Amino acid sequence: MNTANKETQSEIEELLPWHAAGTLSRADARRVEEALASDPELARRYAMVCDEFGETIHLNETLGAPSAHAMEKLFAKIDAEPARKAAVSLNLGMRVAEFFAGLSPRTLAYAGGAAAIAILLQAGFIANIVIKDKSAGGYETASAPTNPPAGEGAFTLIRFAPQATQDDVTKFLEANRFSIASGPMDGGLYKVRVSMTGLPKTDLAAIVKKLQSDKVVGFIATTE
Amino acid sequence: MQTTSDEVLIARIASGDRLAMQVLFARHHVHVYRFVLRLVRNEATAEDLISDVFLDIWRQAGKFEGRSAVSTWMLSIARFKALSALRKRPETELDEETAERIEDQADDPETALAKKDKGVLLRQCLTALSAEHREIIDLVYYHEKSVEEVAGIVGIPEATVKTRMFYARKKLSELLKERGIDRGWP
Repeated sequence: MNTANKETQSEIEELLPWHAAGTLSRADARRVEEALASDPELARRYAMVCDEFGETIHLNETLGAPSAHAMEKLFAKIDAEPARKAAVSLNLGMRVAEFFAGLSPRTLAYAGGAAAIAILLQAGFIANIVIKDKSAGGYETASAPTNPPAGEGAFTLIRFAPQATQDDVTKFLEANRFSIASGPMDGGLYKVRVSMTGLPKTDLAAIVKKLQSDKVVGFIATTE
Repeated sequence: MQTTSDEVLIARIASGDRLAMQVLFARHHVHVYRFVLRLVRNEATAEDLISDVFLDIWRQAGKFEGRSAVSTWMLSIARFKALSALRKRPETELDEETAERIEDQADDPETALAKKDKGVLLRQCLTALSAEHREIIDLVYYHEKSVEEVAGIVGIPEATVKTRMFYARKKLSELLKERGIDRGWP
């Protein structure tokens, strides 16, 4: 490998944590994806990054939250502040808000719609998949449910790759016999049932490892 | 359902709107608290700091220029408050913290492996990192901040953000190795 290639590889490797978190620009994300597809060692290191990402979220989510006293304390301090005069001049944020408020509803609809459509599309079609999945049976007896009760089974947390289409996600879920249990949560994550019954941790870890290389999957981790 | 953007809330707070302050607090206080708690490692201190952070937001809302996301601006304030609190902390508390970390490493690797799975060990190592390394890992993975945003919050160049993250992850690998897990990297 020549020096230029080594430098590029090292640059790409530094971007892996941001790729896992989904905070890279589209161009950088594409560079990383191309490198991951052609470099097995880099893909192995990316799997480590994904583990770190999942466990950092897990760790932070177990930290709890402040008590209600924090808010009481804050507003007691705010009450002790001198009364504030209404701002005379509008700051930039207000001016931007005012600019959008001044646009006609049609202009706003086009501009906002174009920006939001990419984000909403994936959440929308995944919701569609869930609804279709739930209504597919049509008739169901109380004694023979087709799905296990919520909470039963083995689960993973998945964020689908930004470029994955509805068709890709449907095929992925059907091919693996998975179903979406809940989501989207913070960070666009979905809780996906990978087995109707509980699995040993090693089996679940093997499934996660196998799916890490699937092009539909942006991020995957085990969950309870 | 459409929600009011953080930027609009800040503009309303600048004109003294308490309801907007309540909405902003409800929306962000848990994330800010967790960020501060991971730095100061003391729940009571973290809770005290939360009200200080949001009081600063109340006071400085009129100066917010929208150059960064509101959440990024809030984490910058929170970081400053947490580091100031750490500087004031008595040395005895710091000694206890160091002792806890040494104690964490006392288990021999085999015992640790037998007792805990990889996820638990990884979380233990994430906790054992230095404040500087914990901070960058949390900002990138948990608070989902881009390279540019982390640079703004921490006050370092973007290239340094990438290398600091690299060294934080390297240290994590070393701590895992001490506990019996060799990731084969770096």
